[in-house]
Amino acid sequence: MDEIVIILSRWQFALTTVYHFFFVPLTIGLALIVAIMQTIYFKTGDLIYKQMTKYWGKLFLINFAMGVVTGIVMEFQFGMNWSEYSRFVGDIFGAPLAIEALLAFFLESTFIGVWVFGWDKISKRLHLISIWLVAIGSTLSAFWILVANSFMQSPMGFVLENGRMVMNDFGALVSNPNVWVQFPHTVLGGYTTGAMFILGISAYFLFRKEQVDLFQKSFQIATIIGLISVFLVILFGHSQGQYMVKTQPMKMAAAEALWESENPASFSIISIVDQKNQKDVFSIRIPALLSLLSYNRFDGEVRGIKDIQSEYEQIYGPGNYIPPITINYWSFRVMVGSGFLIFFLTSLGLYLVMKKKVLSFRLIKYFPFAIALPYLANTSGWILTEVGRQPWVVYGYLRTSDAISPNVTVGMLWLSVIGFTVIYGALMAVDVYLLSKYAKKITVDEPKPTEDEKSYWE
Amino acid sequence: MNYETIWFLLIAVLFIGYFILEGFDFGVGILLPFVAKNDTERRMVINTIGPHWDGNEVWLITAGGAMFAAFPNWYATLFSGFYIALFLMLIALILRGVAFEFRGKVDDIKWRKFWDWSIFFGSIIPAILWGVAFSNFVRGVPIGEGFIYVGNFWDLFNIYSIIGGLVTLTGFTVQGAIFLSMKLEKPIANRISNLAMKLWLPNILVLLLFVIETYFFTDIIDQLGVNPGIVPIGAVLSLFAVGWFIKIKRNGWAFFMNCLAIIFSASTIFLILYPRVLISSIDPIYNLTIMNSASGEYTLRIMTIIALIFVPIVIAYQGWTYWIFRKRITSDLKSLHY
Repeated sequence: MDEIVIILSRWQFALTTVYHFFFVPLTIGLALIVAIMQTIYFKTGDLIYKQMTKYWGKLFLINFAMGVVTGIVMEFQFGMNWSEYSRFVGDIFGAPLAIEALLAFFLESTFIGVWVFGWDKISKRLHLISIWLVAIGSTLSAFWILVANSFMQSPMGFVLENGRMVMNDFGALVSNPNVWVQFPHTVLGGYTTGAMFILGISAYFLFRKEQVDLFQKSFQIATIIGLISVFLVILFGHSQGQYMVKTQPMKMAAAEALWESENPASFSIISIVDQKNQKDVFSIRIPALLSLLSYNRFDGEVRGIKDIQSEYEQIYGPGNYIPPITINYWSFRVMVGSGFLIFFLTSLGLYLVMKKKVLSFRLIKYFPFAIALPYLANTSGWILTEVGRQPWVVYGYLRTSDAISPNVTVGMLWLSVIGFTVIYGALMAVDVYLLSKYAKKITVDEPKPTEDEKSYWE
Repeated sequence: MNYETIWFLLIAVLFIGYFILEGFDFGVGILLPFVAKNDTERRMVINTIGPHWDGNEVWLITAGGAMFAAFPNWYATLFSGFYIALFLMLIALILRGVAFEFRGKVDDIKWRKFWDWSIFFGSIIPAILWGVAFSNFVRGVPIGEGFIYVGNFWDLFNIYSIIGGLVTLTGFTVQGAIFLSMKLEKPIANRISNLAMKLWLPNILVLLLFVIETYFFTDIIDQLGVNPGIVPIGAVLSLFAVGWFIKIKRNGWAFFMNCLAIIFSASTIFLILYPRVLISSIDPIYNLTIMNSASGEYTLRIMTIIALIFVPIVIAYQGWTYWIFRKRITSDLKSLHY
């Protein structure tokens, strides 16, 4: 009975969170790129950039709406499904959440309205500022929610009082080193997502030689932003991994399927594990590479699953401290693999742009499929972060199984799990339909500027 | 004043702000299928709240976040206890939110009708549920040991909370009607102004009924005394003024009075509550109060500084958006953004 409540609660959280995070990175990325396009228009007066702002702005808004509505669920469900968690950490976790709403959500949601409806009602400068405020708001929001998440990964700035975590150092909460690797990694992942989205759709039209000017310019901007962002994503991801070896060795050991501590530690090329019997079914490993990745040198011990398990049994008492290895192992590889593929594709894109070969490059017709890559990377990245922390919800302090709402029953959970699944599934279909409909809908004739300003959103 | 009281006040302010702002946009959503005669009018009705509804909804998100940060036990008990009700509210808010964005994207009558009704249900369900929820706060709900809600979904529905739900439903609808009469061009505005008058009557009736019930179902006499003071009386008086101002066609004043009515009625609920935040119908020892549900003083102090800086800034720039979009919406197709 209790077991089912835990499973369903976790399933619902995974479902609603992964779903929410389909939309958020694109919002973060497109807000920035659309703001850049509009800025170029503002500076140069070149109408093609205005048309680009319109076109990508429309797709941005369809996606934005989905991010907003699925975000409300996120805030409610900590209390609804994880009431014991909320009591235990509310003192600390609630603060960044409230700050996020106050600093970021108000900014984003108010100025998105100004931007959409304000084109002909406010000055061009104010209108430009609105989209920048939306972009800043969405990045700020990522910052504060990652302050909250970092606390769960690597708790800091608190004392335990009467069985609750109580904040005693707000500065420590914000300067948590985990924040400063996770935040850039995630936000730059968002910029990469926006860039790949634009890159893919532009390639689709460039292959068909439609609206060549608009999409060539879009392709160019996306390539540059995408390449810079993904390069930094990889760098920060590397730092994040190194930080993880120190603070959550179990997550790294599971992501590498490393049973025994090794010095120097090997990196797995492929491992198929039998978690029950704690052994590999099949494994190929490169010696010393994991040590190199962890410490930037060819030696250094990386601790294995079995050692950490026995250490945790001594600290926290008997129990199973090993997260699901196969999930960790593969999500890590999907994330890293997608990241490097994006790096390769954006580099290729930049090469094509510089050599002016975008239009003659036949394989560009496969670029649209690459839109899936950032989504794979974002999703698997979060699965690694959250599943890899198990069995903890707050690392070292609260187990996920102790965090659930005691009054929520199996029946209530089935209702909400099924309800969210149905609604989310239907809305995904509508969202994809509208995105593809509006991606194909380009106004061919540029109306006269004055006319145009009024019919901006038609 | 201690930090717990400051935060009780601040959360009251956030909820009242939410009810005033989302009050009219819920009302507009509820009225949408009935006041607009054709697609252009429906678009006009939606555009009155187009630039604002998202920002208005953030008042709720901020209230929820503030509750989580300042009173984790209140947040945890309320949200887990009212699970099904909040699940329904989430579904409603999700459908409503995407409807505003999706409805105009396909030029098809069935498509638009579907989203219009999503806006309607997405508005009416929360409009009722908020009244139900707030009446239950003061009437008391089954809360047992460890601040855990031990009732079920149906325990939230009783003669007191249902009337409470009708108060918010009718109140928000009146708020929406007056708002529309101020924001639309004249011919439609006049039509809706007449409707506002018809809606005002049931509103005042259920409010009076609710006031009487309050004396039977809550401890208002212990909390406020037989003469409850200016705030509850002000609620009833300002609602009477609403009717009078609609009648003499001073809709700006009617809107102002209706905002006052919302401020006073919600404040009354918070006054009856204070210093409790959720009342246990099982035993007063299980009551959640601002003391036993609060975060530590350090958190409250940090959050107070942040709130005192940023709440005024938010109010200022949101107020500014109402100023730039102050003009009435016309049926001029070019200015209607689909």
